[in-house]
Amino acid sequence: MKTRASDQTFGALLISPAGAFVFCIAIYPIARVLWLSFFAQNLATSLQPKFVKIDNYIRLANDGHFFATLRTTLFFTFVSVVIELVLGLAFALLLNQRFRGRAIARAAMLVTWALPTAVLAWAWSWIFNDQFGVMNDLLHRVGILARPIAWLGSGSTALFAVIFADVWKTAPFVMIILLAGLQNVSGELHEAAAIDGANSWKRFRFVTLPLLMPSIMVALLFRAIQSFGIFDLIFVMTGGGPGGATETLAIYTYNTYLRYLDFGYGSAMIVTSFLLMALCATLLYWPLSRTRGAQFATE
Amino acid sequence: MKRVSFYALVWLVVLWCLAPFLWQIVTSLKTNAEIAALPVTYIPRHAGLEHYDALFTRKPFARYLLNSFVISGTSTILCVGLSALAAYAVSRLRMRGSRLMLAALVVISLFPPIIFFFPLYEMMRAAGLLNHPLALIIPYTTFNLPFSIIVLATFFRGVPRDIEDAAKVDGLGRLQILWRIILPLSTPALATTAILVFIFAWNEFLFALTFMTNDRAKTITAGIATLSGTTVHETPWGPIAAAVVVSTIPLILLVAIFQRRIVQGLIAGAAKG
Amino acid sequence: MAKVSLQHVYKIYRGEKGGDVTAVHDVNFEVADREFVVLVGPSGCGKSTTLRMVAGLEQISEGDIYIDELRVNDVAPKDRDIAMVFQNYALYPHMSVYDNLAFGLKLRKFPKAEIKKRVTDAAGILGIEKLLERKPRALSGGQRQRVAVGRAIVRRPKVFLFDEPLSNLDAKMRVQMRAEITKLHQRLQATMIYVTHDQVEAMTMGDRIVVMNNGVVQQIDTPLKLYNEPTNLFVAGFLGSPSMNFVNGTLKIDNGAIEFTELQGGAIKLRLEASEHFREFSGKPVLLGIRPEDIELAQFAATNERSTSSFPAIVDIVEPMGAETNLYLQTGAHTVVCRSQKALEHREAGRRFQFDINLEKAHLFDPATGARIV
Repeated sequence: MKTRASDQTFGALLISPAGAFVFCIAIYPIARVLWLSFFAQNLATSLQPKFVKIDNYIRLANDGHFFATLRTTLFFTFVSVVIELVLGLAFALLLNQRFRGRAIARAAMLVTWALPTAVLAWAWSWIFNDQFGVMNDLLHRVGILARPIAWLGSGSTALFAVIFADVWKTAPFVMIILLAGLQNVSGELHEAAAIDGANSWKRFRFVTLPLLMPSIMVALLFRAIQSFGIFDLIFVMTGGGPGGATETLAIYTYNTYLRYLDFGYGSAMIVTSFLLMALCATLLYWPLSRTRGAQFATE
Repeated sequence: MKRVSFYALVWLVVLWCLAPFLWQIVTSLKTNAEIAALPVTYIPRHAGLEHYDALFTRKPFARYLLNSFVISGTSTILCVGLSALAAYAVSRLRMRGSRLMLAALVVISLFPPIIFFFPLYEMMRAAGLLNHPLALIIPYTTFNLPFSIIVLATFFRGVPRDIEDAAKVDGLGRLQILWRIILPLSTPALATTAILVFIFAWNEFLFALTFMTNDRAKTITAGIATLSGTTVHETPWGPIAAAVVVSTIPLILLVAIFQRRIVQGLIAGAAKG
Repeated sequence: MAKVSLQHVYKIYRGEKGGDVTAVHDVNFEVADREFVVLVGPSGCGKSTTLRMVAGLEQISEGDIYIDELRVNDVAPKDRDIAMVFQNYALYPHMSVYDNLAFGLKLRKFPKAEIKKRVTDAAGILGIEKLLERKPRALSGGQRQRVAVGRAIVRRPKVFLFDEPLSNLDAKMRVQMRAEITKLHQRLQATMIYVTHDQVEAMTMGDRIVVMNNGVVQQIDTPLKLYNEPTNLFVAGFLGSPSMNFVNGTLKIDNGAIEFTELQGGAIKLRLEASEHFREFSGKPVLLGIRPEDIELAQFAATNERSTSSFPAIVDIVEPMGAETNLYLQTGAHTVVCRSQKALEHREAGRRFQFDINLEKAHLFDPATGARIV
């Protein structure tokens, strides 16, 4: 019964299979990308790796297209996440009420979350179709549009369309996280605030919202990181077009690798955009780590 | 009156959530002529299943479905199995550095797949696994490990330590305790984790798109993309709509049956993240 | 059946940065065959850790534990031939009551018929025959407790270990199960070690009691010996409810007799028979320990001039208990509790009475070491 020592060995034994997978399939690729980013490996080098020091990064710093996609990505992330948080919060407040059919409403949102993005992107392409799309038809019927719009055919409307689809797809996820947070806010607090004379807006503003902050930060962090790496929705709906208007970092990276076969440069792109993401995430995580204790102290 | 407007709001939200999917059902039932007719019709005039028929006769759609089931199912079993072992070590044995390891796992699980896809592509190509189910099973298992380990570890911590001690006194070895006591007690958590891993695997797109170039090896998410017609202007919206409906039915069933579980699992995963 | 022996047993938790914590410090005692020994002490005193070392659930840092003549330090719990009843019952929630009872026997490859016989017997003893098909969650707290005990009985182990088994039951159930476990001990004639923080359980159940505090054994004795002759302040204060009164004062030799005077002008003054040990403390501060039942209203005390000593005090609070009355007395320097046989009403509070102290039951303690001066 040498508990302490053999616990360690036994534990290591149990972890090792999972650890091996994570190491080979997750850690090694990260190292490989970092390594590749210092090599030129493209059609000009006949796809043979050639050490070029930091040339890829210098090239990246002068790549206007990279900065354009970075801007698009940040814009997409910012706008979609803000709308998702607001909409998700509204859904959560709605579902936090007791009413008949609540289970059905929640199931509907959960279905939206569970469906494959890459598949539902087709549904949205069809909805935003310029000739036969239902979006044009509906807007025409209620008298907002006189003539149909080629939604995915011009830059600003295409970006609007993918953000619209992204909001639809992910607001339910925000709802689930926030609903869990809301259910931790006790009814007694609301009653106490009501007795203190707070109306429903003030109760929301001064009781619910502060207590919900940790959940909001969790949802924000998750969504921001996922949005930053968005690929499937845009790949299917617009392929990054028209004219690169919806091209995000992930799409540009994908094209650099598989269309231009520029592996070294693509890797430098990944390293750079990943570092940017990590920086943003840390900036978001910092306030999160200070507030979450209140709510998730149960761990 | 207030009550009526509240319910109107609720049903509006439900409609908003389901509308794109419902519209795919409507579209999939229309004839090609009606799909391309103006003005748009909201109830098909001659509803028929011809697009579904085309899906299975003219395209290897059954094959896509089978691939998705095999790949998602195998990844789920592997992933939950490996996570159960690791989660037990992390939650119940006094492992040094287990907190740090969990934190590292969380960070890795947040990385977008685009970071990994090229080195993995190289690896799979070198191993001759492109177009083989393993090319997806291996990454799907790996990238769902962090999430499942966290959810399971949270649950295992809730199993009273006394029960484990009682099992030791009764004569169980440590692996037996995991197998005969902890796992049977954790079936709800195992089910939750399995459902979520299955959904994640079923929905994955980037790896499926790049590692499976052969039509017969594709999964649903990548397969639907190959339904597109010969030119950009000839997108076959009818069959695509049918494909969307068919490929999402398993997920809708999962959600309908396991709603509560899924919510709990997501919350457990997110709370720890 | 068997005896258990602990020799110089330590439990030391190694801290991350060298800050070791000694949870159990040099524990020595022997449990005789068929004896019921209770380990008692406040929470965190090391009693549960000691028991878990006997069970094999905790590693022994130093020292040896023997069951019969076998040193069991490196023997796995399952091979020690012990059975344990846990505080939270630790029933397997996914198994029926029958399977919970049978599990340990199945693992030891007992024949089916023998398992069935033992389970039925144990169920009969505990009166749970009708619950055998149920799952633990369908049982009440008391029923779960019986199943947990049953799981130990069917094993017919050398030693039964109980880790605070009654602390999750309500007060009434606790009294009932207490009696049942005592009865069980008489019936099975087994060696039992029982851990509790409840001094009433310890007093009522144990053949002998091991009192622990801060990882150190304070005293090992029979219940009455412990109660009447506590070796130190801790044991004196831990056993008994309301607990023993402690009064600060000084000793002084006066005409061959020893006189105790309460500090700061308190009303208590006692003349004690001189003894050599008392003499050493002449002129020094000491603590007088007197149990509440050894103070009584003067008019009702058995009058024996030589063995009592009288003092006046104001009654602050009156707590009628029915059979007796707890009085909180103000001596001028201390509040002292008196358990009077006389029924007093609340309105008597605030009045001054004369009280007698039974000198035969008075103890003196050395405030520096806490040890009783004998």
